[in-house]
Formats: sequence, C-alpha cells, structure tokens
Amino acid sequence: MENTSKRYWKGVEELRNDATFVKNANSEFANPDSIESSKDLNGLLGGSDTQRRDFLKVMGFGMAAVTLAACEAPVHKAIPYINKPEFTFPTISDYYASTFSEGGDYAAVLVETREGRPIKIEGNQQSSVSKGGTTARVQASVLSLYDIDKLKGPKRGDADIDWATADREIVNQLNSVAGKNGAIRIITSTILSPTTKAVVADFITKYPTARHITYDAYSVAGLIQANQSSFGKAVIPSYDFSKADTIVSINADFLGSWIAPIEFMNAYAKGRKIGAIGGGKKTMSRHYQFETGLSMTGSNADYRTAIKPSQEGLVVAALYNKVAAKLGGTSIGTASVEVANLDKAAADLANSRGKALVISGSNDPNVQTVVNALNGLLGNYGTTIDIDTPVNYRQGNDQQMNAFINEAKAGRVGAALFFGANPIYDHPRGAELAEALPKIALSVSFADRADETASLTKYITPAPHYLECWNDAEPKQGYYSLTQPAITNIYKTRQFQSSLLTWAGKPNDYQVYLKNYWETNYFPETEEFSSFEKFWVQSLNAGVFEPNSGQVSGGGAAFAGNVAAAGAAIAQRYKPTTGMELALYESVGIGTGAMANNPFLQELPDPVSKACWDNYAALSQKTAHDMGLAQNDMVTVSVNGKSIDLPVLIQPGQADNTVSVAIGYGREKGGKSANGVGKNAYPLAMIANGFVMYTAFNVKVEKASGSHVIAQTQTHDTVMGRTAVLQESRLASYQKNPKAGRHEPKVQTSKGETDATDITLWDGYGKPNHSWGMIIDLNSCIGCGTCVVACNAENNIQVVGRQEVINRREMHWMRIDRYYSSDAEAEDFSALEVASANPEVTFQPMLCQHCSNAPCETVCPVLATTHSTEGLNQMTYNRCVGTRYCANNCPYKVRRFNWFKYTDNDNFDYQYNNDLGKMSINPDVTVRSRGVIEKCSFCVQRIQEGKLTAKKERRRLEPDEVQTACSQACPTNAIIFGDMNNPISTISKILMEEREGRAFHVLEEINVRPQISYLTKIRNKDEELSKEANKEVHA
Amino acid sequence: MLIHSINVVRKMSYVYKLSSVVFLSLMLLVFSNHVKAQDSTAGGAPAAAAPAGGGDAEKGKTLFTNNCAQCHAVTGEKVVGPGLKGIEERAPSRDWLHKWIRNSSAVIASGDAYANQVFNANGKVQMPSFPGLSDADIDGMLAYIDQASKPAQEASLEAGKDTKNAGGVGNSGGTSISSGGPSELFTFVLVALLIVMLLVLGVLLVIVTILSKAVSPVTTENIQTSSFGQRLKTGMSDAFNNPTLRSIVIILFLLVATKETIDGAYSIGIQKGYAPKQPIAYSHKLHAGQYKIDCNYCHTGAQKGKSATIPAANICMNCHGVIKKESPEIQKIYAAIETNRPIEWVRVHNLPDLAYFNHAQHVNVGNVQCQTCHGEIQNMEVVEQRSSLTMGWCIDCHRRTEVNTKDNAYYDKLVAIHRKESSEPLKVANIGGLECSKCHY
Repeated sequence: MENTSKRYWKGVEELRNDATFVKNANSEFANPDSIESSKDLNGLLGGSDTQRRDFLKVMGFGMAAVTLAACEAPVHKAIPYINKPEFTFPTISDYYASTFSEGGDYAAVLVETREGRPIKIEGNQQSSVSKGGTTARVQASVLSLYDIDKLKGPKRGDADIDWATADREIVNQLNSVAGKNGAIRIITSTILSPTTKAVVADFITKYPTARHITYDAYSVAGLIQANQSSFGKAVIPSYDFSKADTIVSINADFLGSWIAPIEFMNAYAKGRKIGAIGGGKKTMSRHYQFETGLSMTGSNADYRTAIKPSQEGLVVAALYNKVAAKLGGTSIGTASVEVANLDKAAADLANSRGKALVISGSNDPNVQTVVNALNGLLGNYGTTIDIDTPVNYRQGNDQQMNAFINEAKAGRVGAALFFGANPIYDHPRGAELAEALPKIALSVSFADRADETASLTKYITPAPHYLECWNDAEPKQGYYSLTQPAITNIYKTRQFQSSLLTWAGKPNDYQVYLKNYWETNYFPETEEFSSFEKFWVQSLNAGVFEPNSGQVSGGGAAFAGNVAAAGAAIAQRYKPTTGMELALYESVGIGTGAMANNPFLQELPDPVSKACWDNYAALSQKTAHDMGLAQNDMVTVSVNGKSIDLPVLIQPGQADNTVSVAIGYGREKGGKSANGVGKNAYPLAMIANGFVMYTAFNVKVEKASGSHVIAQTQTHDTVMGRTAVLQESRLASYQKNPKAGRHEPKVQTSKGETDATDITLWDGYGKPNHSWGMIIDLNSCIGCGTCVVACNAENNIQVVGRQEVINRREMHWMRIDRYYSSDAEAEDFSALEVASANPEVTFQPMLCQHCSNAPCETVCPVLATTHSTEGLNQMTYNRCVGTRYCANNCPYKVRRFNWFKYTDNDNFDYQYNNDLGKMSINPDVTVRSRGVIEKCSFCVQRIQEGKLTAKKERRRLEPDEVQTACSQACPTNAIIFGDMNNPISTISKILMEEREGRAFHVLEEINVRPQISYLTKIRNKDEELSKEANKEVHA
Repeated sequence: MLIHSINVVRKMSYVYKLSSVVFLSLMLLVFSNHVKAQDSTAGGAPAAAAPAGGGDAEKGKTLFTNNCAQCHAVTGEKVVGPGLKGIEERAPSRDWLHKWIRNSSAVIASGDAYANQVFNANGKVQMPSFPGLSDADIDGMLAYIDQASKPAQEASLEAGKDTKNAGGVGNSGGTSISSGGPSELFTFVLVALLIVMLLVLGVLLVIVTILSKAVSPVTTENIQTSSFGQRLKTGMSDAFNNPTLRSIVIILFLLVATKETIDGAYSIGIQKGYAPKQPIAYSHKLHAGQYKIDCNYCHTGAQKGKSATIPAANICMNCHGVIKKESPEIQKIYAAIETNRPIEWVRVHNLPDLAYFNHAQHVNVGNVQCQTCHGEIQNMEVVEQRSSLTMGWCIDCHRRTEVNTKDNAYYDKLVAIHRKESSEPLKVANIGGLECSKCHY
C-alpha cells in the first residue's frame, strides 16, 4: 500500500467514497436507529421502539425471573448408557474415515463424532485424491445431517406410510409396468460408487425395461463428447495443475466449481507456492484467465481478460491459431477476436510445451475439441493431462436426459425413479418435466425432503444423509474410497441401494452387498492382506484403497479429432454481438443448489462479490451506468421468453454488456433456509445440439420496479484507511529480492530512525512453553472460504441471516477480505476507472491476530479479554459485559458482538432453533449468548485437548500436532498453524527463512506484534514498465 | 467522604478482628471438650466390646475388610457367602472355624457334615482359601464380627425400649459421633450467641456510660442528685437524640446489611451441601467405603476424558449379576435394562456450561485424589456436594497445588524454566493455571 503505487479498495462504494460507506466506516456498529428494516424485529428486540413502560415490564419480569431462579436450582439429570460400547467414552471424540460424495463432488473425510453424533468433518490425509483438503460444502455437510426439514419416513403423496406398504405397492406397480413392457427410468446425478452402479445393474436385470440416466445440474457432457471424438474415450481425464508452468483457462472456474475443485486447488497451489512454504522453489506457474464474470479462479489469475460469452469459442480458436502458428499446425478459420493478453498467453504456452494446460469450462463439444487439439499440439497429454486415468466426477449425459424428458412428455415412461436428482428444479427443461410427471404411472423420489421434484412424485422413499450410509466411491479410476455410517439413521429412512435391492427381490443389506462387492472386485487387486476381513478393516480404517496410486500411467494420447469441423462449427455459433449476453455460473458456496438448505453455505459470502443469501445480476460498472442502473436495482433478465427478476450487483471485472447469474438459488421446496433465497436461474440455460448451454447471446436486461438490498460483507469491518495491510510484488522482483513488496515502517526517535517494532510502551508477555502462531500464504490462499465454514462448524458460530448481514452484524470469526487493486495513481481519476473495470484481486484471510500488545486488552473495563502465556489473546464470555470497547479498538476489526440471543429464537430460525440442529454443536465450545463479544480463539479447545493428550502420554507435544479448524480444512495448505517455540515445527522452519523474506505482519507500524504472519502475494506478471514508459505507451 | 468511609471500613475490620479473636477462643473451648469426649469413647469401646474369646478386633477389622468383606456381611444378610452374624454360635467350634477359613475345600473333602451342609446351602460356591491367616488373625476377625454385628442389634433394641442411657458406653464411636454431632453444634452455636450477646451488652453499656458522660452537661448537682437509673434514662434518651450517634448506628446497620446482601447474593447458585435423592439408593459408603471398590472401576472416564461418567448399567451388572439380586434397589437396574430405559440419576455437581473442567487433567495428569474435590465420598450414604465449585475455589486450589511433574516429559521444559527463576515448588498458577482460557472457551 504505502510502499507500492497501488490503491486497494474493497468495493466500488469504497472507491467512490459513498456517503453510506463513509457513515458505516465511521460507526463501528450499526446504529439500530439507522436500520430501516429491523421493523420485523422491532420493539424490545430491535431496541428501537422501546418505551418506558416496556422497560419497566422487562425490568419487573427480569427481577421476578432472577428471584425465582435464585430460589431453586434446576435439577439436572445425568443419564448414563444402559450398555456402554467398550471403546467409546463420553466427552472423547471418535474419528471415522468416510467419504463425502454429493452429485459427483468427492472428498475423503474423517468424521468427528461425540457421544455417537457427528459434529465436524475433517479432510482425510490418506487420500491421494483429495489430499486432506475439503471444500466449504464438505465442511458444511455435517449440518445437513441435522436438517429439520427432512422427511421422517416414506410417503405416498402427502400421506405417511410405512416401508412395508411402500415396498409392496411400489413392487406391484413396477411389476405391472414391466409386465406391459413399459419403460422404467432411473434418473440420478453422477454416481461415484461402483457398488451402487452394480445395484442399479441388478435392478435392471430384474426389470429389463429399466435404464439408468445420469445428468449433472452443471453439465460437462460437452467435454466428455469432445474426448470421445478426439481420443475415442468418453471420459474426463485427470488434470495435474501442479505440473503446469502455464495455465490458460477459458471460462473454467476450476478452483471454485469446475469438475473437481478439491483436487485442482491443491495442485494449483503447489504450483503457486514459492519460497520456504513451497520447498525453496523460486518459480511459479503463470495463470491466464479469459472469462465473463469475475470468478474466484479469475481472481487468482496473473493475467485476466474479461470476454463476452460470444467470444468464448473465438478466443479458443484464436489461441489455437496463434500457438499453431508458432509450433506448426493447421489453423482454423474463425472470425478474429481482439482481446487483451491473447498473444502473450499464446507465446507463454508455446514456450512451455509439455508443461502447459489449457482448459475450457464450455459445454460446447466443438470448443472442447479445439481445446483438446491445442493441448495435443502443446504435448500436454501424458504430462499435465492423463487421459488413461479418467475421473468420474461428472458422468451426466445431456442427450439421454433430453431424450428422457421427451419420452416423459410423450407419455412413454412407465416408471421414473429419481435419486440424487431434482431435475424439475435444476434442469433447464424442469418445467416441461413437471408437466409430464403426472403422465408417468409410477414416480418415486429418494430425496431426503419433499423437494421440487419429490413433491410431484407419487412416492417418496427418503434416503439418509451420507453420514448415515454405507457406500463406496471411485472418484478416479483405481482410487477407491469407503463411506461408513457415523450415526444410525435419525429418521425412518433407507438407503437408495437397499430400496433398489428390496424391489429387485434381493437381500437388502447393503453393507453385506458392499463387502461382497469389494471382496470380489478389489480384494484381488492387493496381495498385502492374508484375509479379506483384514483388508476390509484396513480399508475402512484408512477410508481409502488406492491400488493405482503412485503408478505412472502414460496418459499420452494422440489427438485424432476433426479440428477443422469444430472450427467451422465455432465460426457458425460464435459471432460478435452488440447486445447483452448472459453467463450462468455455479457459485462456490451453494454450488448447484442441492445443499441450499444449509445455513452455513447461505451465509458464506461469495469469494469475490462477498454477497450472501442471494443471487443477483452481476453487471459491469460501465454497463450499469449505460443502462442507468445502480446497485440493488431490480432488473428483469429474459432469455428466449423466460425471465427472472434479480437485483443488480456492480461487479468490477465483469465483461461489459454481459450479465452473470449464479445457479443454485431460488429453491421453492428446499427447506426453511433455502426457500425464497434468490431466483432460480436454471430455466435460463438453453439446450443447443443436445447440450446444455450455460451462456446465452441474445439477452434482454430491463430495469424492473423496486430494489432489493444484497447482503454484502465486503466493506464491513474496514481497516479505516490504514495502509500496509496487503503487501505484494511480482515474481521477477521477488527473485531478485525476497523482501520485494515488503513495507518496513520506520519511526524517528531521538536516536535516529528505527523500526516501528523497536520501541514500545509495553513489557510484553513471556511465552515460556508454547507460542501459538500462524502463517497465511497470500500466494496460495485462493479465497474459497472453506476455512470460514470449518471455523463456523468448530466454534458453534451463529448464523444471523440476510437482514442481520445487511446490518453488518455477521458473526464469522474468520473472514476472507477481498481487495481489488488498480495500478493507477489515486489522483489519476481516468486511469482509476480503467483499472477498476478489471482490477487485480487479492484475498486475505483475516482473523484475530492474537497481538502480543493487544489494543483490545488494554481497553476492556472488566478484564474479559486477557493475554495468556502461550501467546493467545483470550476472550472470556462470562466476564464480558458488552461495552464493545475492544471491538472499537481492534485495528483488524475481528471482534464480533452478539446483538441477539441467536439460539432458541424464532427470528433466527436456523440450526440452533431446534433440538435436532443443536446436535451439531461442538460440546467443547460455549454457545455464546446475547450481549457478549466473541472472536477467534485459535481453536483453544483443540490446543487444550492436544496438550492434555501429550500430558496423559507423558510426552512433549509433537510438532504440528495441534491444528486449528481453519488450518486443517484449508485445501491448499495456505494456513500453517503451530508452536513457534518448537524449532522443528513447520511454522518455525518457514519463519526462520521468511522472516527476512516474505513474512510480514499486517499493520506492522502500530506495533501490536501479532502472532500471525502473512507471506507476501507474488504475482507472476512481467515487470511493470516504469511510469514514464507507461505514459509514453498511453500517449 | 471517601476517606471517611475508608476509615469506617478499617474500623469495621478492626471490630471483625476483635470478634474473630473472641470466636476463636470460644471454638477452642468447645473443641477441647469435644476431643475429650472422643478420647473417652475411644478408650472405653474396646474394653466393653471385647468378646469372650479375646483377639484384636481392630486388626481383625482390617483383615476382614481386605479379605472377606467382598463376599460376607457382618450382619445376617447374605452377599455371596452367608452373613456372619452369630457365626461362633453356629459353627461347631472355634478350631473348626480356623480350619475352614484357612482351607474350606479341605474341610469339605474330609466329609465334615456341617461343612458340606454350608457348602450345599450356598449354591456350592467355593470359598477361597486363606492359608496365610494365623489363629490369632482369625480370632481377631471373629472378635470384630462379634463386635460389629452387636451395635446394630443393640441400637435397635435401645430404640425400641426408649432407654435412658442412649449413647451409652456400649455404642461404638461411629454412632455416638453421628448422633452427637448436631446437638453439639447446636450447643456450640447457642453458647457462642450467648457470649456474643453478653459482649454486645457490655460494650453497649460502656458506650452508653461514656457517651452519657460526654453528652450530658457535667454538673456536680447531677452527679449528686440523680440516681443510677435516672442517669441511665437521661443518658439513653440523650444518646438516642444525638444525631452523630444515630447516623453512626444507621451507617453501621446499612453496612452490615449491604455486606449480608452481597454475601447472600454470592451464594446464589452455589449448591454446597446439595444431596438430592437419587432414583436408586446407591451407597458410596458401602461400595467405596466398606468394599473399597476403586473409583475408576465404575467411573471409567475419570482417567480418560472430561467427564468421569456415571457407570452404565452393564458395569453394575458385573457384580450385581450375582450379588443381591433380590434387593428392590438392584431390581431397578434390572428393570432399566429390560425396558431399555437408562437410569436418570440426578446430577449432583453442576458446573456451569461456561466453565470447562476435565477429569483426566486432574485425576490422570495431576494425580489429584477424588476426595480433594468430592469430599469423603467413601463415607457418604447419599452423595453430597462438598465443595462450593465456585471460581474462587478453583483458583485457590490452583494457587496452592503443586504440579505433578514427576515422570511427565511434558512438564520438563516448564520445570527447567521455573527452577531458574524460583526455588519455590512449581504450582499450577505458575504455568498459567490462572489464565482465563484454561477453563473458559
């Protein structure tokens, strides 16, 4: 900041210095009077209309309550087991290896259970696919287990029935359909489990007219089709981003939502890590992104170019042509396209042959064919792309699904079974299917709730949550993974597999079936174990069985597709337009909307826009200005006669004349937290040549009446114009000087200039035993928000809802600050505007810095926040009286105030308002009540637990033995936690090198001596031209 | 004003010191009596209880508890083996008993009629052999059995007859103390009150005299003419009408009242002495006291986790599968198992949710005895909360208690650092035992 010529801003309103922004920035906490819409919580709760009489009433009641409470202590019961399981102890966590698989998303996980209830999901380090990483959805999935909106048993229409009745009736109808030779269709999302597929096959054997149809809510069928035509393999290959020196992504949000972010994030970060944290590496990959909306992936790119959806095919073709020109290949004839960075990307690609990777998020097989050709030309197959080890994350077949809907409309389907699929909501032709569904004689849904599809089916035979299930998964060929139940079924649900087996007239114990399947198919693949039982126990214990891991497969393949034909198709479809264009995208938190009823995910701010509890029409500043639109204005977005009304969000980086809308919102029957949040954008997708297209070229965006405030957290908790929050540099400067980009504040004293950290008023605290600290690598933090959800789940953080987020009262202990930056001088207004149209983005996780000279501690009048001898800034809730002085005095703005009692409060009807949801509470962490401040504790409960384990075993703590929820969850290992007093801990080793390198404290000049160090952000960009040179270029 | 009130407080504390000295001396008086009383019963008991056969009952008691109490009661009640009340009358001879206890199977094998009868009557459960016991040891045990089985009998007789010499010489120390406890306390309180009142009266009189002298105009006439009664009367009314004196009294009253209120408020929520009735009349005195069953046998979590845990019904069944199956209290456990409804015990020690306490840290790592916090649990018929469980109580203990660093490598570094700085032993407070986040998070 001070040291660079950059200006950083968190949102357009900050850049413009809006009146509301300034007002909010000046008042630490939202003044209740200024909150217009707290009327729904008015009176005593809102605190705005309190009358004297009310006060007296409350006072009187309070006195009476206190007197009563004092008279007799409540009787608490202590209820032991009847028959205690031998190896389970109350208050001690057990961990079970299991597998998260949801619509093709995969993560090997460890489930932490307490007294038999799962409370937290952690990554399983043993998996070489997910490598211990998780995503926000994986972390939040534990809350979905305790979702009160789920069905409690099977249903026929609206009537509750028992399983025997359901089985009898369904089998009868299946037989009658089969007897008439009627079509039976099993419609599922991607199934990762080979054993489940075997069950489906068994079912099909019994009912030969049955067929299995797979579709994905966000389809990549075009890619699979392209690989079929290019290599004769209808698969998705494995991508290895860690081996790529140059990555070019065209509209693929591979870190956020494309195919397998969990795998890509880790590999990508590996290529981006430099210095001590990257194993001494001084080079990093270079990432180009061409995209419409500013995605999380685009935010991490070194060079990002905003393109319109209609340019997508042309950019791919142009890139191919430019590389072909350099490396010698046939060029394809498409319209030329003028976008920035294209030549540069082509040059870098050509220079890193065999170490490059080009991907496209398009679902157009022609575009993907050209991408394949380009990768083939660059020799990437066999190095960064392994087509011999295909991945199974997305298996949807758009044509089959289309055909099914046509069949259903024509009344040719006798029975339809929906598992993990909600096509009426998440398929572009959902409305047509909804009309056709009554024509199907037997329709059954396995959904856990009466969702948009299930509510229209004749039967719902609910399947349990994955934490209640036996299952397996094969995310990648030869990489197997087991799911085991961590709790018995909460409701009267039955696994999909057991139901199918029952209806197929087979023994329906799926656990036995699964074991048999593994014994026949996977046990022979290993010779390590003397008996199957040993193999089974070992696999369950590890959670994964990976016979293919470590094997080097060639994966090389010769491109055999028809690039000319693809080019011709591109030339026909992609033509320059002048109108508005639409891009639909999958948001990082909500995804396809299957888990939309999860309050953690709804409240997780979008990595880039920082908006939560809504989807919106993202427009560029210029477009909005041209159309006379402002933030929060409602607009109608119409495509092919279908339209939805959305609020406008001004998104820097959005391509001009385009609008981006997230799918996954607008659920109608998803549950309390999901219903009515945002609008359903799936109907805006189109089907072209049998493939679902998530872009549209002829879109009308018109101003609609009214406005709708979008709950954005981006400019909350601003650091009040203080500088040196972010420190960044470019790779070349870093290579010359590891301290490049560092800002080292100096102060003038009578003895001359010294470091700002050299003079202090305070004596400091000794940290004799442990000194807990953290390093956050800004280079590998991609902003995904997994840590935020992990923190929520670990620390019982309350969900406050849209209105309270608008009131700037979100409770997240950890936030990921997203800064936009422009290279232009702050005074150079015209340049500023140019820069902000496509700004550079930096993510910075911000949490309590555990300052050794903590400003919060000195102002607390009741010593509720104090310092420990282990470097922790402690917060004692029961001592806090709620003056909020500490939050005012915190330079990092990381303290949160409980404005309400969020538990058992109908105004906050989320997980803590019902007994089932409360099962997710971590019993080691106090649930805070109204009127106290809370903040990051460095997961002190985990520190205490780790220390106790060591003490019980009469030993010192191992290095890195204790991990916070955020560091454990981080899929890119950007967060390193440990004991800085232990010289062999990872954090000490990195700090040893980086103290004189990339490590810096935020706001070093105020000398609060945080325990958290950040590593400078290094961008792999060419050195800037000097200012004079720059001006000449402009001139 | 402030200085004034501080002075008052100082004065108050002086008064407190004074009164505490008085209390202390009083207590000494009362307790010395108590000690004497105990001495006399202790001295008297063996002499009175010594049975005809002779033998050291005290030693016998120890031996009995260690070897026999698991299966035999001193009463007529059957546990695993038969109750031993009146064993000497039943058994053929003392010699026979010596043989039987040392090796019962040999006696049975010898074809002894009584031995076989006893063996068959008790379900043919073999009694273990105790070849190590001498005749004297066995005599001691028999003496103890005789002695221990009697008092209960006598007490019940006495209760029935409403005898005049209750708490007489024949009673064992235990019963006399338990019956004498409350009455002694009562007398102690009464005497203390009386003395305090007398003191107050005396002090008041002194004050009145001094003040009346100070207030009333000292004239020779007055002294000469008015009687003591008149002088007292005028003195009192003068004192009453004196504003300074009145305000002093009012202030004192207010201060005392405030302190009482605050003290009272502090005791809200403190359940010291809380001894709720439990769904099953389980006796720690019997299990932990008499049978010396290790606490960890039932409270399996104490060494491992946060909660010591209340034993599951299956742990009860380890013994009660065979022992005392007919007892209505034990039947409740069977009922719980049969209906699959866990027993809902009433929680005695309720720590608020905001405080984190971990048994393993204290019991396993710190080697703190259960009794340190739970009191003499082995003597409790009904479990009672003995400690206040307030934060002050926790902190006090953390200040006092030395860390159990022996053979625990975790503490090595802390010990080394502490040694450099201080020669005092390492207390919990020295290693952050008073920090907020040790218990609150």
